[in-house]
Amino acid sequence: MLKGRAFRFGDNITTDHIIPGRYAHLRSNLPELAKHILEDADPTFASRVKKGDFIIAGSNFGLGSSREHAPLVIKMSGVSAILAKSVARIFFRNAINLGLPMLICDTDKIEDGDKLEVDLKTGVIKDMTNGNRLTSGKIPEIMLRILNQGGLIPYIQKYGDFKL
Amino acid sequence: MGKTLAERILSQKSGSEARAGDIVIAQVDLVFAQDTTGPLTIRQFQAGNLKRLRNPKKTALFLDHAAPSPSFSISNDHRLLRQFAQEMGCLIYDVGGGICHQIVAESLAKPGEVIVGADSHTVTAGGLGAFATGMGSSDVATIFALGKTWFRVPESIKIALSGKFPRGVGAKDLILYLIGNIGADGATYKALEFGGEGLAKMSMSDRFTIANMAVEAGAKVGLSPADSTTRDYLKSQGRGDHYQPLSADDDASYEKTSNIDLASLEPMVAKPHSVDNVAPARELKGTKIQQVFIGTCTNGRLEDIASAAGILKGERRHPETRLIVAPASPQVLLAAIREGYIQTMVEAGAIILPPGCGACLGLHQGVLASGESCLSTSNRNFKGRMGSPEAFIYLASPATAAATALTGEITDPREVI
Repeated sequence: MLKGRAFRFGDNITTDHIIPGRYAHLRSNLPELAKHILEDADPTFASRVKKGDFIIAGSNFGLGSSREHAPLVIKMSGVSAILAKSVARIFFRNAINLGLPMLICDTDKIEDGDKLEVDLKTGVIKDMTNGNRLTSGKIPEIMLRILNQGGLIPYIQKYGDFKL
Repeated sequence: MGKTLAERILSQKSGSEARAGDIVIAQVDLVFAQDTTGPLTIRQFQAGNLKRLRNPKKTALFLDHAAPSPSFSISNDHRLLRQFAQEMGCLIYDVGGGICHQIVAESLAKPGEVIVGADSHTVTAGGLGAFATGMGSSDVATIFALGKTWFRVPESIKIALSGKFPRGVGAKDLILYLIGNIGADGATYKALEFGGEGLAKMSMSDRFTIANMAVEAGAKVGLSPADSTTRDYLKSQGRGDHYQPLSADDDASYEKTSNIDLASLEPMVAKPHSVDNVAPARELKGTKIQQVFIGTCTNGRLEDIASAAGILKGERRHPETRLIVAPASPQVLLAAIREGYIQTMVEAGAIILPPGCGACLGLHQGVLASGESCLSTSNRNFKGRMGSPEAFIYLASPATAAATALTGEITDPREVI
């Protein structure tokens, strides 16, 4: 069971919001890069986020670049899962490939600061602040197996190949 | 039932009957990374203890996003990529060697191939009829080692084109118009498949431009069929033997079909801060622009530079508008020199950058200040992308960019041609 606070963002949060291109020189210095996470969307996020917290977004989260550094710094910041109404394709694969859960659900009723409990096994999300209960959409079986191994690299180390 | 282009290619490369919605494991014919995604790709490759490349001669590294390097930390990344290429025996295109997607188009991609790059604009090669798509570093590291990956076979949206572009209007205006219509997530997880007599008459350069921006509608690929134009292009690149015809079946099943009459289009601009925030250029007259950037994998080809040079010839840029031009590859640069376009542009007050991504992603070579506005021929106008998060990026065609450079404000190119 994952437990944490909700940090709310809107629709169309881009990979440039998450890690702007102007910090490309920090991509091999991830702890330094992580200090700038989401700063163009919420400059206070990096200093406020705590281990276990959730990013709550609207539609098309993570659109833009293929930079895997984006979900990587989100994971490094302690975020335990991202909940969004929809997610851009490359970001979705990248998050799962890093073992960062990405749950697709109707996030409209989750307010900034709400306390959430997320059960990854059942996909049930409980908003402990307002009492709402949500269920996340299913993801393809292969993504679930990659996520369960903690990401693509551990998955390949274990199986040596893709298994359908 | 017949097959879409996406189903046809993924069936062939997975050795199965691939239908929209299926998950397949497909052979990857060409895989690459660039200098901002490559270092993490190498670290993931090493973390997985993946020791060797499956197809070294079909694996490429490109040093194009920060070329030449603007900082020692990026220089270190470049060194890492060079060392990896040397150890593994893969292809490497060093600084000045051109933008990855342009080199893939000119020299590497073939119709019917599956291509994966650690760069979202890998979709560009869809213009040649290749199932080309972007992925992140873990996926690409895995493909380096295995030569294959999994795909969800996308549903396809058919974009049926008719008619001919009017004067001053081109492929960039078409794709901006389309994204404005369907939205920045209008094709998420799906394939855009371009067709119709309007596509049949379209140059390869234009096909690359529309394929390139398919990802800005969320699409996995932006495919054109491979036809006589494709064949002539490959021949002109000394790769005539790489041609094979490729088309969708007449009875293929599309999620939907959109019809666009090219003759009905006009110069379009995407306003800050999203690519689907589109308006006709004429409606933005009076918007002051401090920097014009012509180049990138979207519009840095010879036809693009020719289109801009035609407008700039004998003229001078507005004194308060910087004009930056980056040809997409050495081949483009050399041809632009031969044709006199570079001289025309320098005489018009342009700064010519080496082949590479240049100012597009805010790394160097034209970083915007707070409050500044740039009109760029690139593909993304996200907040903060080209420098200050307080800057504004407008996307448009090379013709609109050149017209804007002359007047210092957003200008419909039909006013000056």
